[in-house]
Amino acid sequence: MSNEAILQTGVGGAHTAGVHEEHHEHHHHETFITKYIFSQDHKMIAKQFLITGMVWAVIGGAMSLLFRWQLGYPNEPLPMWVQDILGKWWVKDGHITPEAYYALVTTHGTVLIFFVLTAGLSGTFANLLIPLQVGARDMASPLMNMLSYWFFFTASIVMLSSMFVETGPFSGGWTAYPPLSALGDASPGSKTGMDLWLIAMALFVVSQLLAGLNYISTVLNMRTKGMSMTRLPLTIWGLFFTAILGVLSFPVLFSGFILLIFDRNFGTSFYLSDIFISGVGPLPHEGGSPILYQHLFWFLGHPEVYIIILPAMGIVSEIMSINARKPIFGYMAMVGSLFAIAVLSFLVWAHHMFVSGLNPFLGSIFVLLTLLIAVPSAIKVFNWLTTLWRGNIRFTPAMLFAIGFVSIFISGGLTGIFLGNSALDIHLHDTYFVIAHFHLVMGVAAMFGMFAGVYHWYPKMYGRYMNNTLAYIHFWLTMIGAYLIFWPMHYQGFAGMPRRYYDYTPWVSFDHFEGLNRFMSTVAIIVFSVQILFLFNFFYSIWKGRKVRTQNPWGANTLEWTTPIKPGHGNWTGEIPEVHRWPYDYGKDNREFIPQTTPVGADENIH
Amino acid sequence: MSVQRADSNRLHPHKFTLWVAIGSIIMMFAALTSAYIVRHAQQNWLEFEMPKVFWYSTVVIIISSITIHLSLKAFRARERLRYRMLLGITALLGVLFAILQGFGFYDLYSRGIQIIGDGSNPSASFLGIITGLHVVHVLGGVVALLIFFIRAYSTRIKTYDSTPQEILSVYWHFVDILWIYLFIFFHLAG
Repeated sequence: MSNEAILQTGVGGAHTAGVHEEHHEHHHHETFITKYIFSQDHKMIAKQFLITGMVWAVIGGAMSLLFRWQLGYPNEPLPMWVQDILGKWWVKDGHITPEAYYALVTTHGTVLIFFVLTAGLSGTFANLLIPLQVGARDMASPLMNMLSYWFFFTASIVMLSSMFVETGPFSGGWTAYPPLSALGDASPGSKTGMDLWLIAMALFVVSQLLAGLNYISTVLNMRTKGMSMTRLPLTIWGLFFTAILGVLSFPVLFSGFILLIFDRNFGTSFYLSDIFISGVGPLPHEGGSPILYQHLFWFLGHPEVYIIILPAMGIVSEIMSINARKPIFGYMAMVGSLFAIAVLSFLVWAHHMFVSGLNPFLGSIFVLLTLLIAVPSAIKVFNWLTTLWRGNIRFTPAMLFAIGFVSIFISGGLTGIFLGNSALDIHLHDTYFVIAHFHLVMGVAAMFGMFAGVYHWYPKMYGRYMNNTLAYIHFWLTMIGAYLIFWPMHYQGFAGMPRRYYDYTPWVSFDHFEGLNRFMSTVAIIVFSVQILFLFNFFYSIWKGRKVRTQNPWGANTLEWTTPIKPGHGNWTGEIPEVHRWPYDYGKDNREFIPQTTPVGADENIH
Repeated sequence: MSVQRADSNRLHPHKFTLWVAIGSIIMMFAALTSAYIVRHAQQNWLEFEMPKVFWYSTVVIIISSITIHLSLKAFRARERLRYRMLLGITALLGVLFAILQGFGFYDLYSRGIQIIGDGSNPSASFLGIITGLHVVHVLGGVVALLIFFIRAYSTRIKTYDSTPQEILSVYWHFVDILWIYLFIFFHLAG
């Protein structure tokens, strides 16, 4: 509350645009542009991140279908209409060209990891939930928040445009290892496509930094009266640690990119040494080390996977407690394990480099630190399960996705223990086992967190509900399909089937996987079409969904449900409510739920 | 809503944001200087003497830290003219710093030590890129200084809240300290 006052009196002389104190809904005139496009309202920015993320999810998902077609049906030509859409660079004789295949896997990875599961996930929920759940009228700096989205949007446009250049988009893998990423002559995708990739990613880093700074200072400085840190919902804790990870690790990636840009364009030799390209000849670069890039990249790259999963963990904890009508089990353990994961995430990056020529003794330290992450992860899983235990569970779509998240997270997490061992990694690295592991634990799990969040907070975003029947179909088919796609990949990986290969047909030892590959590709097509169903449900419900008639449809304790059904810019019409208790008083003293704004009764235990 | 500053010892949100941003910038330079150390430990590392002019630029940026501190004091004392003058001097010193760094690069060039291009050694490239990035941060501060300087001409705005000035001066001291760190780092590690 006091910081609202400080921001009001503090900034310069003129400040009409920012946060208004009371009854402002109809006071300032919002044009279409200030309301929907260059909006500084955190709720609108959240929707912008979400819908941009959805567009990217469709593009990135469709790309995976194209390369899954190549893997599952290597002898069948693509359907004619697909060939017509893609055009000559992408398709030759009815098949995806090898160049296009590598461009597809690269862009699929980049887009899904950064644009969908980073910007789309934490961009959406941090923007929507931080001010609403800590009790603030907006972010610490709404302007920076708006800029963050527009940097992301520009990055999106640049990345998209790379798909239309003559030499194709970047095709050296989402990690962009040099020398493929550093030398334009190395492959067609390393030319203009890589330049655009770097520009897009640099803009993306700026966007994430602006966003992260804002999230951190909002959580620490803008909480309403009574909202101590230990009364924060776990969503906020998850998003808070995510922001810290981003702010500390993205600059390191940026440093790596700067050196890469100089190697590409200005003839330096940070990552390059003694290279001969056929058709070009020996290159003058001398004295560089490609391993240096890997260190800089994975110093971001590993925290990045927690940037993706921590918001999902927070969302799942919150939704699970609400719908089990029980307090979250072990609140402080949940916060502590988030903290432990955040710290450890900075100390494990070299487990991505076990086979890069890293000193094996150094590797053993990274094995230990990596396996340590199993401890806080297990704490979280057990706490979710004990929260469900003897709960009065309401199987809303959001709750189903939250429970599904736990299932997928366990399945994907266990294989992390395999991969974290440097000895096992000699066999498993760069096989489909790795693909199976990270798609389950990071990809599908984070997606489930995102779906849970969308279904749960949709009434807050649009004042309407999504259709439940479609949601249940969406959940069950996605849940079953995700396992059917990724489970068999473990077997392929154990058998040694390497990832990133265009064609396995000449490879006799993998012949028996032909049917399995076709099966996985077919399921992938089905699961993708189910996501279209979700999108239909989402957009249809914005205009036609059942209207929300009560302020607190889920019977939740947190502050966002004390705002009007369709909150304006500034969130609360009157004063910001005061908080008296933690957010998990469900089923206490024979009351189903006690909102955070209810003062503690005389004979009641304070949490 | 009662506007009281009961807890005015709490950090202003914008100032806090700056501190987090400083943490972020530190991570970037930490990454670059650790990359420097890692690369330095390998072979084919060109040893050369640092440009002498970096000593002068160090003096210049330290003086600029003093002038911005004085300008903040002048602002708090509501001495507009003194505040404006010291702000202008700080901006000039910032530009002078950037020019001196440029002389440093020229010095390397004239000794045949290439920062970029064929035949450049990572040792010089690192020096060029790290100091170059630092100069970019200084120039960013100069832009902010100029905006404040121009604003100080306007008589319309009558605000005595010094938070924006404090934020600017914290940033300026930070780029100063960052340079001193880099300067010492290059002398010890290089």
